[in-house]
Amino acid sequence: MEYLWAFVVGGLLCVVGQLLIDYTKLTTARILTLFAVLGVILGAVGVYTPLVELAGAGATVPLTGFGYLLAEGVKTAVAEQGLLGALTGGLTAASGGIAAVIIFALLAGVIFKPADRQ
Amino acid sequence: MQITNKEYGEIVKLRSPNTKVAVTCTKAFLFGGIICTIGEGFNNLYGFLGADTKTAGTLTAVTLIFIAALLTAFKLYHRMARHGGAGTLVPITGFANAVVSSGIEYKSEGYVMGIGSKMFLIAGPVLVYSVLTSVVYGIILRLTIY
Repeated sequence: MEYLWAFVVGGLLCVVGQLLIDYTKLTTARILTLFAVLGVILGAVGVYTPLVELAGAGATVPLTGFGYLLAEGVKTAVAEQGLLGALTGGLTAASGGIAAVIIFALLAGVIFKPADRQ
Repeated sequence: MQITNKEYGEIVKLRSPNTKVAVTCTKAFLFGGIICTIGEGFNNLYGFLGADTKTAGTLTAVTLIFIAALLTAFKLYHRMARHGGAGTLVPITGFANAVVSSGIEYKSEGYVMGIGSKMFLIAGPVLVYSVLTSVVYGIILRLTIY
């Protein structure tokens, strides 16, 4: 059942992105930015946590989940360290993913050649 | 017969009905759903191996990012993306693909201003504005609750 919810919720979040591609002129960068920012806001107002409990990776794997991770990190850090937590919480929570993306991108860039332009 | 750009646009609109959107959305739903289901599989695997929810989530993200980086490097991800549309863009794999492909593409401009700088073409704004939003959230939290 949890796999079904992961599939449905993850799929629906992607449909939202597809509608933005089909009906607006938003570029890739803008859509991804929008999703991440929206994830922070939905996490902040508390509606994303139930979605994560229901759908697991269906809610955390889409980029809104990245934003949610920042919001959750900030919430924990502000409770522990006060105002400084507003600066440290978000990136601390997301650090694993961000460092992984940077390192894998660098490795791929060093090893692989760009595609030939046709 | 002379037609203006506007008239041409209207003709194109008439001839490409909503079925096209239905197809792209169905594909996005399937691709996005499958990627998230695979993610849930990794979540459970890492949980089974003893990781708590938070750690399992991070491990899943790193695993998906690694797979996406590999598929991007072998030029397979963009083939998937041609069909998947937003289904391959919105998941964390799409984010990883954007970073890795920009890195590879600008390799010729060097390791500093090429790969090092250009890998953030798309990731940059995502990080900047999501961090901004989270900091604002933190300040609001500090002022209101704690």
